Amino acid sequence: MTANRLAESLLALSQQEELADLPKDYLLSESEDEGDNDGERKHQKLLEAISSLDGKNRRKLAERSEASLKVSEFNVSSEGSGEKLVLADLLEPVKTSSSLATVKKQLSRVKSKKTVELPLNKEEIERIHREVAFNKTAQVLSKWDPVVLKNRQAEQLVFPLEKEEPAIAPIEHVLSGWKARTPLEQEIFNLLHKNKQPVTDPLLTPVEKASLRAMSLEEAKMRRAELQRARALQSYYEAKARREKKIKSKKYHKVVKKGKAKKALKEFEQLRKVNPAAALEELEKIEKARMMERMSLKHQNSGKWAKSKAIMAKYDLEARQAMQEQLSKNKELTQKLQVASESEEEEGGTEDVEELLVPDVVNEVQMNADGPNPWMLRSCTSDTKEAATQEDPEQLPELEAHGVSESEGEERPMAEEEILLREFEERRSLRKRSELSQDAEPAGSQETIDSGSQEVLSELRVLSQKLKENHQSRKQKASSEGTIPQVQREEPAPEEEEPLLLQRPERVQTLEELEELGKEECFQNKELPRPVLEEQQSERTPNNRPDAPKEKKKKEQMIDLQNLLTTQSPSVKSLAVPTIEELEDEEERNHRQMIKEAFAGDDVIRDFLKEKREAVEASKPKDVDLTLPGWGEWGGVGLKPSAKKRRRFLIKAPEGPPRKDKNLPNVIISEKRNIHAAAHQVQVLPYPFTHHRQFERTIQTPIGSTWNTQRAFQKLTTPKVVTKPGHIIKPIKAEDVGYQSSSRSDLPVIQRNPKRITTRHNKEEKL
Amino acid sequence: MQWPPPWRRSPLVSATPPPGPTTGLLRPRRVSEAGDSSTEGARTGHSHYVTPAESAMERRSQPFPSLRPASPTNAPAHGRGSDCTAKEPPLANVCRQNYGAAQDPVEPAGRRSASHVTGSSLGKAEVACGRRWRWAELVANSSWSPAGRATEMKVKMLSRNPDNYVRETKLDLQRVPRNYDPALHPFEVPREYVRALNATKLERVFAKPFLASLDGHRDGVNCLAKHPENLATVLSGACDGEVRIWNLTQRNCIRTIQAHEGFVRGICTRFCGTSFFTVGDDKTVKQWKMDGPGYGDEEEPLHTILGKTVYTGIDHHWKEAVFATCGQQVDIWDEQRTNPICSMTWGFDSISSVKFNPIETFLLGSCASDRNIVLYDMRQATPLKKVILDMRTNTICWNPMEAFIFTAANEDYNLYTFDMRALDTPVMVHMDHVSAVLDVDYSPTGKEFVSASFDKSIRIFPVDKSRSREVYHTKRMQHVICVKWTSDSKYIMCGSDEMNIRLWKANASEKLGVLTSREKAAKDYNQKLKEKFQHYPHIKRIARHRHLPKSIYSQIQEQRIMKEARRRKEVNRIKHSKPGSVPIVSEKKKHVVAVVK
Repeated sequence: MTANRLAESLLALSQQEELADLPKDYLLSESEDEGDNDGERKHQKLLEAISSLDGKNRRKLAERSEASLKVSEFNVSSEGSGEKLVLADLLEPVKTSSSLATVKKQLSRVKSKKTVELPLNKEEIERIHREVAFNKTAQVLSKWDPVVLKNRQAEQLVFPLEKEEPAIAPIEHVLSGWKARTPLEQEIFNLLHKNKQPVTDPLLTPVEKASLRAMSLEEAKMRRAELQRARALQSYYEAKARREKKIKSKKYHKVVKKGKAKKALKEFEQLRKVNPAAALEELEKIEKARMMERMSLKHQNSGKWAKSKAIMAKYDLEARQAMQEQLSKNKELTQKLQVASESEEEEGGTEDVEELLVPDVVNEVQMNADGPNPWMLRSCTSDTKEAATQEDPEQLPELEAHGVSESEGEERPMAEEEILLREFEERRSLRKRSELSQDAEPAGSQETIDSGSQEVLSELRVLSQKLKENHQSRKQKASSEGTIPQVQREEPAPEEEEPLLLQRPERVQTLEELEELGKEECFQNKELPRPVLEEQQSERTPNNRPDAPKEKKKKEQMIDLQNLLTTQSPSVKSLAVPTIEELEDEEERNHRQMIKEAFAGDDVIRDFLKEKREAVEASKPKDVDLTLPGWGEWGGVGLKPSAKKRRRFLIKAPEGPPRKDKNLPNVIISEKRNIHAAAHQVQVLPYPFTHHRQFERTIQTPIGSTWNTQRAFQKLTTPKVVTKPGHIIKPIKAEDVGYQSSSRSDLPVIQRNPKRITTRHNKEEKL
Repeated sequence: MQWPPPWRRSPLVSATPPPGPTTGLLRPRRVSEAGDSSTEGARTGHSHYVTPAESAMERRSQPFPSLRPASPTNAPAHGRGSDCTAKEPPLANVCRQNYGAAQDPVEPAGRRSASHVTGSSLGKAEVACGRRWRWAELVANSSWSPAGRATEMKVKMLSRNPDNYVRETKLDLQRVPRNYDPALHPFEVPREYVRALNATKLERVFAKPFLASLDGHRDGVNCLAKHPENLATVLSGACDGEVRIWNLTQRNCIRTIQAHEGFVRGICTRFCGTSFFTVGDDKTVKQWKMDGPGYGDEEEPLHTILGKTVYTGIDHHWKEAVFATCGQQVDIWDEQRTNPICSMTWGFDSISSVKFNPIETFLLGSCASDRNIVLYDMRQATPLKKVILDMRTNTICWNPMEAFIFTAANEDYNLYTFDMRALDTPVMVHMDHVSAVLDVDYSPTGKEFVSASFDKSIRIFPVDKSRSREVYHTKRMQHVICVKWTSDSKYIMCGSDEMNIRLWKANASEKLGVLTSREKAAKDYNQKLKEKFQHYPHIKRIARHRHLPKSIYSQIQEQRIMKEARRRKEVNRIKHSKPGSVPIVSEKKKHVVAVVK
């Protein structure tokens, strides 16, 4: 193969080369010729000019001239050699005659026909015949596919397939072998014959037969009438729909639309009662419609119609109403369905709002269920924590309590914080009281709210100041412990807020929420300078070492808060003492610690031991208690059978064989497998089943009459193939399965075509 | 009348004897009537027999199960299942009264009637019945007082319809009510498993397939033919040119014809069963009448066709007066002509057998000794396709229920089932024989086929399984040359080298003869159980166990080893060569050399 291909490619290449060469040669030869033929060409031109003078475009006739420079091999001048010989030319006489014209025409017709291709060789023809025949046969056979499939899948096949007619001979057959002998019989037969009654073969008279046949016609007619009716109804319906569509009256359409809307509403109401899930879906659709409306602004007063109405509205009451209607519709459509309680936020204490929005429980649930990797999430949030500002001082007392109990190192600063927060608490209560008073007098509430918010802000400011002092003192402490010299920082505000900030992210789980909160904060604390915030962001870079100890402490608190760890794991304890290797990559370490903490609760080894103990217990044979309370003594509530009796009727379980995993502390070997039962169990899933449960289910459904009713039992035990003894089962026929058997004979084509047979016979004779 | 039994009597009622004077005994007839009406309720509610424990429980839950005074209209016209509920008075009154509460002034003591029948002894019942009529009159006259309904109490009624348990005639079977509560019939799987195991064992115990041996031929039986209309008639041709017609019911030969010189190569019956055709080594095709010649007449064929070459096989068309022979080529003959209508060839090798498709009757299949199977279309007088296998195919057989399926018996010990539209891969390769397969015949149901082999055994294969479900052999049976499945699909006949035709049951353990309905049900149930638990190792082992002659057994072992070696080699080759360079050929494709269009 490859050699062949190679040869082919070579050939192609050489041809290409030739082609490339060709024009060059050609040019060359021409230039050579040019010199020689110069004179002759002029001469030719002259001749042509002369011939053209004639008016007709005369055919050049090759003239034979001895003196030609070009002498061909065959002693014939090569001039005019490029022209093809036209058959008609041969016929060209000196004078044109009408008789020759027809011949010319015929000649041209002959010329237009193409040459006939060579016939294929016999083998190939036969092959084609075979293929065609095979395809045809396959097609014929494919009609059996559904039948075969049906029979293969049949629940039960009863053979023989065709219903056998009861072998009762028809009366005419009986009669045919019987002859009238007695005079009476003869007389009767005569009568019958006279009246053309069928005596023997056809039991029905021709008239009767005809009437019978007519029955089918009637049926056909009825069927046709039915069809006609259906078609007519359809066309009526269509016409009606078209007519309704054409109605121009807007009022009509409005009424129709309203009716539809009402109906839809009613349906929705019903759906809500019956199927809340579907109703929800419906609601979503409505919501989507609202969105579309909002996007399209269809019912705003910007449309052509609306504009025109706006102009009219000045004078026309109706137009005004229409406009109003549209606007109301717009409002209705664009109104959101679920209204969140956001109004409170601006008025009241932010803390309360916070609580309302993100209750503890919700957050905890989220913590457990939400997100693929909760501890990773936490690390993220810890990063962003500081971006937001402090918010939730209510939380702090608890935190303090935990913090104090945990670590001595933190005790002092926490205490300080506590004091601070108490102050804050007091102020808050004060403010609340003032708010209450504000609520009492609704007039001028706006101003009071403003003042309230001002108050909050001022408080915050004070708080931050205090915190700053506190924090700085702590920082110093940290720096004395740390190995790397601390970078003195000038920005007070962010630092102050950090510790408090760190405490609240337990409640806020996602970045988005945090951001939102941050925004709210920003909105409220407008006094906080923006550049400061930016600084804050910049501080999040890893080289910002001094934050680390604080962060750790906070994390600790956070974990305790959530009560993730029931027991204090050693890793956490070690963390309590701030031993920081600052040289390590901070983030990575942080991450690892985080994971450690997350898994601190599950003690794998202890769990395993427990599991093993349980497994051993479960596998041990149990004692059998056969005491019958109240048997031979008094029984009742609160009365126990006597110890003696219990001892007497307790059957102690024999000590089982030693477990295989007795000396293997790290392994549990299940001893559930019963080798005695295994001999009776199926090891491999049998073929048609795809899952062991399927197989088990088939086994578990009993088929016996003990468990099933008689009818069900019969149904369950029907044999797949039923044959009747003594009945011949014929091969399946097309008629049996509703196909028409071909009326065509199976005899070969030749047989049916006598002409061809004779030819064939003749051939044979010749042979 | 001892109903209800003593332990069913309500202790409450018996404790408080009915008030009212005891009148004289009434006629027993009346008693029975009354008893009927009341006990009917007591019996029907339960589909199973009541045990003492249950009855005790009932007593606790429903103190008066049968408190139902029959209304006057009902009492005389009481029949089976008559609807009493419509005219019943409210039950509340009845109950209240029976608990000994204050009675309505209008109601006399006799209202207690029905309860007394149930609750107390026979004598009391009689008394009650006596009173009942009086009470009934009252009911008819006065409506129930509304005060009676003030304290309503629900009482569960037991109702019994005698239709459910009384048989109409003595010949009827007693209806046995059953409770199908699964809690009452535990361990269904183990119990059915044991039943299945027993059924399998019994099947093996009763597996006695051999029915009869028809002897009479004086040379090996070369071919067999079934009578299309008569189940009892079988024709056989022997290697000495003798044709015999057998009666299976009498198990004897009814006619003997010296048909040919040399082998009778093929035999087939006409579709109507009036005549049959034979071909022999003497290059003749002969048509014979099915009925013997009259007394004193010579045994002569109807027609004799002298051919140029030896014919090796013959088959008759299923509907028309056309038959096909094979030898050098496949010839289609009209019965009336001495020349073939057409002859079809493809290649130049001797064709060993030709078979008409029983469903699409214009199709023919043949197999030649140059290892190929050729399909022909008679209508178009052309071959269709050819498939070349590893080794020679001895014969083919069409599935009588599936038009495009045929099975080929091959020399390489296997059988191949083909879909004739896709010849490049057999639908199934059936392997179990340990020597060349000589003949194959389908069951008329098209679900199974039987194959005869040179290894002195015949095997039954399900069409869709590659392994046989049954193997038949006897000590004296030699190489089996021909095999036929009878048209009622119950029996199998095989003709072998040692001059005998043997008759087997197609289902080895089947009971012959008429089955009672219970036998039939048991058979079906056992069959289903066997199917259900067929994958369980014990059952599988027992069901598959067959005794085999030593030759076959050792051959099987040997071949297993050979096959394993071959497989191992192939695996090794694949393992040690470049991935993808050694193609993995499936078992089905392995044996097909080529398909020629």
